[in-house]
Amino acid sequence: MKISDILSILDAQLLTEGAGLEREVHTACGSDMMSDVLAFVKDQSVLITGLNNPQVVRTADMMDMICIVFVRGKKPDAGILALAEERGMAILCTDHTMFTACGLLYAHGLRGGVH
Amino acid sequence: MAEPIRLDYVVPGDDFTRAGEASADLKSRLKSLGFPPAAIRRAAIALYEGEINLAIHAGGGRITVALTPERIEMALDDEGPGIPDIALAMSEGYSTAPDEVRSLGFGAGMGLPNMKKYTDEFSIASTVGEGTHIRMAVLTAG
Repeated sequence: MKISDILSILDAQLLTEGAGLEREVHTACGSDMMSDVLAFVKDQSVLITGLNNPQVVRTADMMDMICIVFVRGKKPDAGILALAEERGMAILCTDHTMFTACGLLYAHGLRGGVH
Repeated sequence: MAEPIRLDYVVPGDDFTRAGEASADLKSRLKSLGFPPAAIRRAAIALYEGEINLAIHAGGGRITVALTPERIEMALDDEGPGIPDIALAMSEGYSTAPDEVRSLGFGAGMGLPNMKKYTDEFSIASTVGEGTHIRMAVLTAG
């Protein structure tokens, strides 16, 4: 699917500018623990998280992810958004919980990476 | 043979939001120098975990990177409290991080194990009350 598909599936809001929404994403990871995200190098493109701090963007950057979805309506501050925009990442915000957001994306074909 | 390219970073101990700046800088430099993407990612993740540790546990520290076409060498030195039991600290899931750190998304006890996992060479020496010294290398052909 594309980042633009995630936007509509999760009824999400796009918070960054300039990130290409037509980029394809195939795999995702959902976690609030950044060390767990860093523990598995898989070619994942999307991070779904309820954690709201700059280390979320830095972690996603280390993993070459291109899209972060903040769940439960959490809105990152301007500093976090600037960090993401510098890296060409799309930041999305949805009111869905982590469980529901992951379930909706899975139902539409997005998968976890292979260990 | 050409001299290694050397990079020096200081990790502040009082600003968790800045932890990761050194690894982000290393990552972009390695990209522009044309290192292989897999080696770049492994080195950047290992250094990032190290930076987080310096910020969380050690009150900051120094990072020295030496680059040759074959090797990405990273040295992390701090004058923090030291690690009493290195074998225990190296086991996955063991953490002494306070709840405050966990609420920031770290402290799952994966930092040191991840650093070892992503590098080809890893050594750690620590003295309680004096500090910790980590040497890591990623081989670009590895």
